[in-house]
Amino acid sequence: MMNYMTSMKKPMNSPLTRRFFMAGASAGVLLTGSPLWAFSTSQAKDLIENVVRDINRIINSGKSEAVMLRDFEKIFRDYADVARIGQLVLGPPGRSASGAQRAAFASAFQIYISHKYGRRFREFIGGRVDVDSAKAVKSFYEVTTTTHMAGEAPFEVKFVVADKNGRFIDMKIEGISLVKAERTEIGAMLDKRKGNLNQLIKDLKNTR
Amino acid sequence: MTSIKTALRTMIGLSLMTVLLACAGPDVSGGIYDPFERQNREVHEFNRQVDKAFLRPASMAYGGILPAPVRIGVGNFASNLSIPGAIVNDLLQLNIEDAVHNTFRLLVNTTVGLGGVLDPALAIGLEPRDSNFGETMHVWGFKEGAYVELPFVGPSTTRDSVGMAVDLVIDPLNTLFPAPEKYIAPAVAAAATVGDRYRFGTTIDSVLYESADSYAQSRLFYLESRRFDLGGETESDDELYDLYEEAYE
Repeated sequence: MMNYMTSMKKPMNSPLTRRFFMAGASAGVLLTGSPLWAFSTSQAKDLIENVVRDINRIINSGKSEAVMLRDFEKIFRDYADVARIGQLVLGPPGRSASGAQRAAFASAFQIYISHKYGRRFREFIGGRVDVDSAKAVKSFYEVTTTTHMAGEAPFEVKFVVADKNGRFIDMKIEGISLVKAERTEIGAMLDKRKGNLNQLIKDLKNTR
Repeated sequence: MTSIKTALRTMIGLSLMTVLLACAGPDVSGGIYDPFERQNREVHEFNRQVDKAFLRPASMAYGGILPAPVRIGVGNFASNLSIPGAIVNDLLQLNIEDAVHNTFRLLVNTTVGLGGVLDPALAIGLEPRDSNFGETMHVWGFKEGAYVELPFVGPSTTRDSVGMAVDLVIDPLNTLFPAPEKYIAPAVAAAATVGDRYRFGTTIDSVLYESADSYAQSRLFYLESRRFDLGGETESDDELYDLYEEAYE
């Protein structure tokens, strides 16, 4: 069990609680939206600077948790490519899915993820996120940010921004990819339902 | 006598290493290599039961009884006791900068930090820089090997398992001090582990008890996190976002 902690710790100084909450809270908001165009490294950085500015505003707004969560969802709707994230998370099973199923999955996934992580929002209140740097990697950009939490050592969150439409499609919290973690989870949930995607969509929508 | 014992332990460690590395398998950088999945899953279930019956309740009691400053002090103390072993590994990696950094950290926290209970070193820019023999092996060019879940310990790899065994031998606190003093460090480490189980409780609970496949989640978290620590950006991460692109274009 020691190593469950080791893996979350190395951070040793960085609380997975927060890291995960952070990932989730953002992911919880990965909705659909209109694309931005013509991308470059500096634009990828600008995008995440906007994301971070909005996050910082919310977590220090002093509003109620419910209101903050709603603000959070609203803001991220503009910055993340949820349809794409849904595809990445669903993985190969998504290939045989119909367009309607994929759309239904994307919206169900959003409900699931916001409930899963939303209730941990308070852990993040009072923190601060800084954008450090950005670089092009193949067909996407990686923007590195540092999250500061009261009483904890700062930890790294990397946003992955897609070149195609200039929205972010993943977050890596000290190396742990949200897309990978949720792909593992969703894959296991699908297995439990014997590959029945419609049942999975239904169940995700009912996440509380 | 002691040196014979040490030599014997080293030999056992080295032969274990040979055995494990022999079955370390291909270099699957970035992927998941889990040839022992069936056994690993059994161990995982065992670990979950151990957590449910002992570690989790113990951590709740620990967190409930001890105030935060005490828990932090225990964590600091354990962290300080782990520094000599880290320095040995820094040196084995020829990482002189970290060896010096950790030496100053140890000196400051052991003196000004009242034996390591406080962490004044952090305030002067000497943050914790853990190391272990698993990392040393990585630096020496050994591959990660297979994923393994160890009883009571949890997620690991063949390389990190060997590293753990070797760390027991090369940690100065284990070898230089006689019994019972040499049991202080492991005892404090155990207490700190219980404290960490409390501190990261919500996240650990969500992985172990709320995910659809806690084994697969634990495996992913360990491997990704460990690779991040060792500074290897994995190739498959880059491919992750390209992989399905064509299918949806």
